[in-house]
Amino acid sequence: MSKERLLSVSGLKKYFEISQGMFKPKIVVKAVDDVSFDIYKGETFALVGESGCGKSTTGRTILKLTEPTAGEVLFKEQNIAKLSYETMRKLRSQMQMVFQDPYASLNPKKTIQQILMEPLNVHKKFEPHERLNKIIDILKVVGLSEAHLHRYPHEFSGGQRQRIGIARAVILNPDFIVADEPVSALDVSVQSQVINLMLEIQKKLQLTYLFISHDLSVIQHMTDRVAVMYLGRIVEIANTEELFASPKHPYTQALLSAVPISHPKEKRERIVLEGDVPSPANPPSGCTFHPRCRFASDICKQIAPSAVAFSDTHMATCHLYNLEGEKK
Amino acid sequence: MTTKSEVNVVKGSTRRKSLRITNFFKKLLGNWSGFVGFVIIFLLIIISIFGKQIAPYDPMYTDFTKKLLPPLTEGHLLGTDQLGRDVLSRIIVGARVSVIIGLVTVLVAGTFGTIVGIISGYFRGWIDVVLMRIVDVQLSFPFILLVLVVSAITGTGLRNIIISLAIGGWVIFARVIRSEVLAIREKEFITACVATGVKRSHILFKHILPNLITPIIILGSLQIATYIIAEASISFLGFGVQPPAPAWGNMLSEGKDYIFSSWWLITFPGIAILITALGVNLFGDWLRDTLDPEFVE
Repeated sequence: MSKERLLSVSGLKKYFEISQGMFKPKIVVKAVDDVSFDIYKGETFALVGESGCGKSTTGRTILKLTEPTAGEVLFKEQNIAKLSYETMRKLRSQMQMVFQDPYASLNPKKTIQQILMEPLNVHKKFEPHERLNKIIDILKVVGLSEAHLHRYPHEFSGGQRQRIGIARAVILNPDFIVADEPVSALDVSVQSQVINLMLEIQKKLQLTYLFISHDLSVIQHMTDRVAVMYLGRIVEIANTEELFASPKHPYTQALLSAVPISHPKEKRERIVLEGDVPSPANPPSGCTFHPRCRFASDICKQIAPSAVAFSDTHMATCHLYNLEGEKK
Repeated sequence: MTTKSEVNVVKGSTRRKSLRITNFFKKLLGNWSGFVGFVIIFLLIIISIFGKQIAPYDPMYTDFTKKLLPPLTEGHLLGTDQLGRDVLSRIIVGARVSVIIGLVTVLVAGTFGTIVGIISGYFRGWIDVVLMRIVDVQLSFPFILLVLVVSAITGTGLRNIIISLAIGGWVIFARVIRSEVLAIREKEFITACVATGVKRSHILFKHILPNLITPIIILGSLQIATYIIAEASISFLGFGVQPPAPAWGNMLSEGKDYIFSSWWLITFPGIAILITALGVNLFGDWLRDTLDPEFVE
C-alpha cells in the first residue's frame, strides 16, 4: 500500500447545542470531541463504535454535511473545514457518500435515470450525449440494467436501492467515499453482495473508503485500518489484523469479545459491559469509559488518558499502559 | 445504441403517463365519494363555460307579470324572483362567478402562500420569524372579517373580490407549505443532494418543490370550497358581485326579504352552494387519500 496521505483530520469537534427553554442553560452535546486520524490513498479506513458514539457525525462533518465546531480536515492537503458552500460544492465530485438508509436517501419523485444524471449534470462531466451511456455502464457495474432506467425508487428492493446509491456515489469517479453504515439496513444475504460490490469497485477505480460500521465481522472482512470510537473520541487506532489479534483498550476488548465465534469448541472469554453508554451531553470525568471499565482505577476517574503508541500503526488511549506501551 | 435508448426513453415516459391517467380513473371509479365529487366538479365546469347556452331564459330579463312564481309553474322549473327573472337561469349563469372565484383565488393565494412558505421553511432564520409572525397576526383575525375589511377598501367587482379573498387566504398555504418544507429539507435525499454537490437553488426547485406538489393540490382543492362560500357570504353582505348580475351570494341576499312568502328564492342558490362545496371537498378528500402512499384503503 502506498503511504500517500489523502485525508487528514485533526482536532475535529462537533458540538450540538440543545436549548431547554428560555431560562435554562443550553446543553452542549459533544458528538465528536477532538478526533484526529489520517487516511491514506487506496485504503479502507473503518470507524467502529456503538450507536450514538459519533461515528456518523464524524463522517458527515468530514464531508461538510454538517459544519464542524472546530478542527481541520485536510483533503489532498487543502483545508476544507472552512470552505464556503459554493467552493465546497465544486470539490464534491472528488468526495462522495453512500448513505445508511437506502429508503430515505433516494428522492421518491425521481426516476433512476434522473437520480444518476444529476451528479453528471451538476459537475458537467462527459459530453451531454455520452451521459446516458455512462449511466447505463454504471448500472451494469452495480448489477442493474438499462431496463431499470425509468423506474422509481419504490419499485426496488433495499439491496437494489443501496446499489443505486453506490452507483450515484461512484458515477463521478471520486477519490474518496464515506460509506455510512451502507449495509446495516440490509439483510445478511444482501449485505455480502453489496460489500463485495464495494470492494470490486474500489479495485476498479482505486477508491479510498471511510467505512463507518458497528458490524465487526464486516470490518474484519473489508477494511485495512480501524479506529474505535467511544463517546465522541477515538480510543484505539490500529491495522485491522493487529486490532483483532491484540486489542489493547478494554473497550475494544469488550467489543471484540462480542463477535460470534464460528467454531463451537473454541472458547473465549466473553466480556459483558454493564450499563448503557453515558449521555454525551454529560460525559463522565477523566476517561469517559471508566464507569463501564472492569480495570478502572482512581486515576481513570480524574485524568483523561493520553495516547499510547504500541507500534507505528497501533495507538490506544488508556491508563493501563505506560508511555512505552507496556502494561503497568 | 444511443438512438435506440433515446427512443426507449420517449416510449417509456409516454407509456408511463397514459398508464398513470388510466390508473387515476380506475382508482376514482373504485371510490364512491371521490367519484361523486369528480362528477359534481366536472358538471360545474361545463355549466360555467356554457352557462348562457344552457340557461332556458335570459337571466337578466325582467317580467313583472310573472314575478314570484313558485317552482314548476309556467315553464319556470325553479320559479321566478321578485322581478320575474328565472331562478334556474340565474343559478346556471351565476355558477361562472363561483367557479372563476374558486379557481383564480386558489391560484393567486396558493402561489403567493407557497412562495412565502418555501422561503420561510427553507431559509429559516430571521426571515422565517418575521414571515411567520405576520401569518400569526393574520390568522388571529376571522377569515371572513378580514376579507370584508379588504373588500371595503378595494371595492366591489370580480377582480377586487379575488384580491380580497387571496389576501385573506394565502396564510393557510404559507403555514402548511412551510411545515412541509421543514419536513422535506431534513430528509436524507436532500443531504444526498448536498453531498453530490447540487446547487442550493437547484435543490429547492428540483428536489423540494416536486415533493410539495401533492400537499399543494390537496390543500388547494379543499380551499376552493372555502373561497366559493366566502364569495357567497360577501356577496350576501353586499360587497361582492353587484346586482343585477347573477351570483349565488347576491341571489341569497336579494331573496332574504321574501324568505317567508317565497322560499325558493334562497333555497335553490343555497343548495347550489352546498352541492359545490360538497363536491369539491369530497374530491379533495379522495385526492388526499390517493396521493398519500402510506394510506391503505
